[in-house]
Amino acid sequence: MIKTPPIDWLTLAPALALLAATLASLMTAVLVPERFRKNVSWAACLAGYAGALAAAGVLFDRSAHAHAVIANSLFRDRYGALAAMIVAGVGLLTTLVYYGERSATDRFGERFALLASAGGGMIFFAQSANLLTLFLGLEWFSISLYVLCALERERPEAIEAGFKYLIVGGFSSAIFVFGAAFVYGASGTLNLAQIAGKAASGDLLLLTGLAMILTGFGFKASAAPFHTWTPDVYQGAPTPVSGFMAGATKAVALVVALRVLTVSFPDQEHLWTTAAAVLAVASLVVGNLAALAQRDLKRMLAYSSISHAGFLLLAVTAASSLGARALLYYLIPYGAASVGVFALAALHERERGEPTTLDNLAGFGWRRPLHGIALWIFMLSFAGFPLTGGFVGKVYVFAAAYQAGWTWLLVVGAVATVVSLGYYLAVVRAIYMRPGIDEHAGADGELPMLDRLLSIAVFVATVITVGSFFAAQPLINLAKHAASQLPF
Amino acid sequence: MLTTALIGLPLFGALAVLLLPAPKEWVGSLALFFSLAELALWISGLSRFDFGSASIQFEHQRPWISDLGISYHVGLFSFSIWLVGLTAVVMAAAIAYALWSGRERANAYYALMLFLTGAIVCVFTAQDLILFYVAYEAMMIPLYVLIGVWGGARRLQATFKFVAYTMAGSLLMFATIIVYGLSHGFDLTTAQASGSVWLFLGFAAAFAVKAPLFPLHGWLADAYRESPAEVSAVLSGVVSKVAVFGFLRIGLTKFPDSTHDLRTLFLALSAVGLVYGSLLAFRAPDVRGVVAYSSLAQMSLIGLGIFSQNELALSGSVLQMVNHGLISTALFLLAGVIEMRTSTGVLARLGGVARGRPILASLIVSIGVISLAVPGSNAFAGEFMILAGAFQRGWGWAIPGLVAMVLAAMYMLRLISAVLHREVGEAVPKKAPDVRPVELCVIGALLVAMLGLSVWPAAISKHSFACLDQTQTTSTELNVSLPAQVGLACVSGQSSTSGATNTTTEQAR
Repeated sequence: MIKTPPIDWLTLAPALALLAATLASLMTAVLVPERFRKNVSWAACLAGYAGALAAAGVLFDRSAHAHAVIANSLFRDRYGALAAMIVAGVGLLTTLVYYGERSATDRFGERFALLASAGGGMIFFAQSANLLTLFLGLEWFSISLYVLCALERERPEAIEAGFKYLIVGGFSSAIFVFGAAFVYGASGTLNLAQIAGKAASGDLLLLTGLAMILTGFGFKASAAPFHTWTPDVYQGAPTPVSGFMAGATKAVALVVALRVLTVSFPDQEHLWTTAAAVLAVASLVVGNLAALAQRDLKRMLAYSSISHAGFLLLAVTAASSLGARALLYYLIPYGAASVGVFALAALHERERGEPTTLDNLAGFGWRRPLHGIALWIFMLSFAGFPLTGGFVGKVYVFAAAYQAGWTWLLVVGAVATVVSLGYYLAVVRAIYMRPGIDEHAGADGELPMLDRLLSIAVFVATVITVGSFFAAQPLINLAKHAASQLPF
Repeated sequence: MLTTALIGLPLFGALAVLLLPAPKEWVGSLALFFSLAELALWISGLSRFDFGSASIQFEHQRPWISDLGISYHVGLFSFSIWLVGLTAVVMAAAIAYALWSGRERANAYYALMLFLTGAIVCVFTAQDLILFYVAYEAMMIPLYVLIGVWGGARRLQATFKFVAYTMAGSLLMFATIIVYGLSHGFDLTTAQASGSVWLFLGFAAAFAVKAPLFPLHGWLADAYRESPAEVSAVLSGVVSKVAVFGFLRIGLTKFPDSTHDLRTLFLALSAVGLVYGSLLAFRAPDVRGVVAYSSLAQMSLIGLGIFSQNELALSGSVLQMVNHGLISTALFLLAGVIEMRTSTGVLARLGGVARGRPILASLIVSIGVISLAVPGSNAFAGEFMILAGAFQRGWGWAIPGLVAMVLAAMYMLRLISAVLHREVGEAVPKKAPDVRPVELCVIGALLVAMLGLSVWPAAISKHSFACLDQTQTTSTELNVSLPAQVGLACVSGQSSTSGATNTTTEQAR
């Protein structure tokens, strides 16, 4: 007779909702007639994300006291719940955008099943309380994403993207699990909360493990120097999926990284803050400089996401409650803008039937005034301009870094922001200031059903991006409640 | 609430104008209506303003990011209300001019102009450093597009330079604000003064680029030449004032030690900029070049006044900010008027414009004469006060001012004669009409404002810093920095103690 631990269903609910959606979407591939298949599987995925968002909201509300549940395998706390809300929100918008993505073949069931599954894995990952569930969650969402990238196997770029992601991602997972094994060897426990203090703080085995785990997170967050896969994968993957990876994968990777580092390795804080600072500077330098040279929008956004990993790592570097707040807050407008901007890239790519570049974006802002304004707002948010949430995020990240004594990182961050304007404003310049082709003039009123969903997603993303500036404090309160449950 | 209304009205107008589905004339008229309403609102505020009081008025505060002590906090001081008024006047003139010249893509254009108005007013009224920065950067958003979309042939280059210079400065300021705000508080009315030179330089970098001060003026000529005429007017008329205002509101009050220690440096930069700008204006080959470099010279002159740091010079600086705002707006609009008729601003191809166009000639001559600070004019009053104040600081500082006044006469008379007199230039069509009634209304109104200030410059100079009248007897002895806490109002003996106390607390920390 196996003794089963008590199950806390509410903690599992967000991930379970997405798992159910995965199952439902997958079954449509065999059970639902072909003409309804796309809509049904899409609706299942959408319902899964909506359910996960709602469940995560309830979980947030009812987890004022953080504790581990289900045989100490998952945390029931607001930190994980807020990360789940971010993932579910990004996933919900991505589902809206993904509906209209063209496909040479009929693989809608698989498409939405994988999207839901990836989200479920991320939420599970964000809640994990021991090294095994952590690895399980990591592989769960990673494998879903590998397949999702390569799903359109008629396109050679998609195969390239999926293959590269698989090889590099698999490699990073291996490093991660190897590191986890070292940590287990040194501390004798898999439980994140118990690792701290079990081994001498200078234990070589433990430190090696810590370094390898950090490397694993670095890969998933696409922080330099572990970023090399990012541009190719973002470029080759279906555009909405790239947005999902930018908004959600990076979010959970960094949120979980901060949790693992603070919960399990408080004694090594001086080491991992320095490591995070090095990764942050490397990401800021590589991301911003390489982005300047890009003409392809998706590639440029990939490098921009690397530079954002750098900014987010500044918050990790602070290793303080303010830093955690900064990280969680930053991810909200960043996630919204990421989905939004990739949605616009997808829109443009679908209309023109070719990859979106800075050259063929010419005149976009006049052709589609509202979408143009949205793109402009997303770019300003990425660049940390006022009137967008990206600005408040930067204020917080810089404030956290300064309070932790990393004043020189502020200067690096400020210089990186100046450089980043070079490519963010290049997009604004392209859509407004270059003479464009006016073939689609005034088409806004006659958008087909597909694009209307995408436009809703863009609208919601815009509202979040701008709203998080004006109503910053309510969101910060969310982040504050969540961050207060980390041990600082 | 009035202050919030002054910020909110143009922003609301921007939204309304953006969404109005109507021909461009209607859209422009609506925008003009909003900008005139803004002016009326300002006048109503002015009539209720208590110039005897040193404290902040029409204050409005709401929590925003209470976590870090950041709030939406706005209000008016006696010197800032003049700058808000200048903004309202200049923007109304610019929008009226744009309406007349018929800008394409009207909804976007006027919405951006109104948005810019709101942002500039917010800079002049912000009492929270983050809000100040937000508004400071928010100005860049419309300016970038206004120059980049509606500008001249080399506009992309101009916007690139403009953005590269200003953003490099302002992002340094951003980092500085975070450091300063976390250690001293973000609220300008309560923040303590700081003794750190580095923090001061962080702010100064942003302001020196925006003003611009020598040697950070590299973006100036391109931006002023490639913008639409009325946007150049706004750039040099009010946007440049934002920077000087920053020196005044933040530099002097929050960094009394640094401004004291680095005074010679900034006075020297201003002096060099003053003479250098005047020389460049004298050599500039086109109308806008002359006006642009004269603007550099004038801003340096105002900088000289600010960094002289005594009451006379400071009051003169506020007066001169308003004067120069009106003058350079009028001059850029006149440059636009000329370019519209001749499609060039190159002096070598102009000439003889006065022939058969008496009204245009009178406008150019009268505004040109005012701008070269002929005695009796408002510009003379402002420059005289600044130079007298600089003289108090050290007689040597008045010399570049004197040289520049001579140079100003030279470049302005050169401009007038090159455009109006000599034989008719090749680019001047015979049929080019005289000033249209609309143009006359816009530029004439600016001229009336200048003449009004010529008659009564004390309207501004005596109503900028509240305690001036009582302390005038001792003012010659004043060499103290402005106090941090009393909102600039009293440049009096008490301030030296309060400044000193702040500094000691600073060092104690």
